[in-house]
Amino acid sequence: MIEVKNITKSFDGVTVLHDVSATFETGKTNLIIGQSGSGKTVMLKSLVGLMRPECGQILFDGRDIMAMNANEVKELRKEIGMLFQGSALFDSETVLGNVMFPLVMFTSMTRGEMLDRAMFCLERVNLKGAENKYPSEISGGMQKRVAIARAIALNPRYLFCDEPNSGLDPRTSILIDELLSDITHEYNMTTVINTHDMNSVLGIGENIIFINKGHREWVGNMNEIYNTTNEALNDFVFATDLFQEVRRYVAENGRRQR
Amino acid sequence: MLLTNSIATFGRYCLFMKRVFALPDKWKVFGKRVLDEVVKLGVDSIPLVLIISVFIGAVIAIQMQLNIMSPLIPAYTVGLATRDIVLLEFSNSILCLILAGKVGSNIASEIGTMRVTEQIDALEIMGVNSANYLVLPKIIAFVGFMPVLGILCIGTSFIGGWLVAEFTDIITVSRYVYGLQALFQEWYVWYGLIKSLVFAFIIATVASFFGYYVKGGALDVGKASTNGVVSSSILILMFDVILTKLLLQ
Repeated sequence: MIEVKNITKSFDGVTVLHDVSATFETGKTNLIIGQSGSGKTVMLKSLVGLMRPECGQILFDGRDIMAMNANEVKELRKEIGMLFQGSALFDSETVLGNVMFPLVMFTSMTRGEMLDRAMFCLERVNLKGAENKYPSEISGGMQKRVAIARAIALNPRYLFCDEPNSGLDPRTSILIDELLSDITHEYNMTTVINTHDMNSVLGIGENIIFINKGHREWVGNMNEIYNTTNEALNDFVFATDLFQEVRRYVAENGRRQR
Repeated sequence: MLLTNSIATFGRYCLFMKRVFALPDKWKVFGKRVLDEVVKLGVDSIPLVLIISVFIGAVIAIQMQLNIMSPLIPAYTVGLATRDIVLLEFSNSILCLILAGKVGSNIASEIGTMRVTEQIDALEIMGVNSANYLVLPKIIAFVGFMPVLGILCIGTSFIGGWLVAEFTDIITVSRYVYGLQALFQEWYVWYGLIKSLVFAFIIATVASFFGYYVKGGALDVGKASTNGVVSSSILILMFDVILTKLLLQ
């Protein structure tokens, strides 16, 4: 579990996160949602230590990342997997090289064991057969799946995803969402996903934190979101006719379970 | 304002260097990366060095002949002057100014692209010291390979001058070769090598620094690459003066 307690972050005198607190639960897909510029990426980067809030605490199962020295942060990061918005695969490495990278750097496995583990991860994301291709030779959706395979290679306890659906077609987006949800439950990870994709919100949002103008405005889940009275959240999630229609349908017929 | 910015940039450069000069996470990976960089930054620069050196060597020989045409100056002076110019300045300062363009822009754009595509963030998240992982192999490889490039440059420049002697009638080969050997001072070779090592360090670290701290997109990577080349070129010229004063006087 990750607990965020009263973090505040400013840039050049402009406060981007105002005294935000949140809890991200283990074994659940935790979503941070909000409009562009609402502060959700700053929050995610603060969680993983790429940015440092001015005050507050970020507790990884009780361990405060903000009170850690550089070596302790480095050790903690070995328990973290991250999926970046643009996948962030290493251009000079093949798909297999990318997935093997954390294994090469941080384990004492033999090459055979590393290969087995990397192939297992690639198989888990349905990418067997693409191991010798370079990132530039595969599609955006495949790149995301390689990035997921790389992120889970070391069996992380915490998985962070920054807009995993950006730039993907709806079908591939759903596949990525399902993959992230399945992996979270399978490995009992604490998964935090930063998104403004409404399909993800309504499809895999087991714990949703809504950030608006740097403030945490709402906490709930994908079932509770249909009945929210928060105006900003309603405007954000049900902004289109399609999603208003979805809400009407759910109100009349109930929600279909995955 | 300019002074404050310069001091702040120098401070950031020093902090960056502190991160770069840390113990590698895994020596085997580090060794492999150094070898890769030797090929990319060093071996791949050999053709450029050879081509430039042979022509510059030839030009220096021709210009020396034109400038010292006098019955009071012995003909072998062409070889002697060509040798000293190559040893003292061309094989280190000028060569490194040229390599700042090729190698410096390569380093800055590679690291800058990794920054804007979040590959550096990905390394950091994994717990890898990205500055050390990306930059130290480049420094070790380029500084380590620089003497090879310098020696190749010296040899090829002499060949350039020899070709002028062989295929034109401005000086005989025997006088040119005698000039190359006459009044030779071994220290000039060491002086040139010391300078080239310092300049190689400047090129690798300054270009890496500019690439590492890129913010923005592709346009900013281009700007960082240009800034890296310009800054390292200016620093090379500054250190050329300092080292010449220290080592030759």
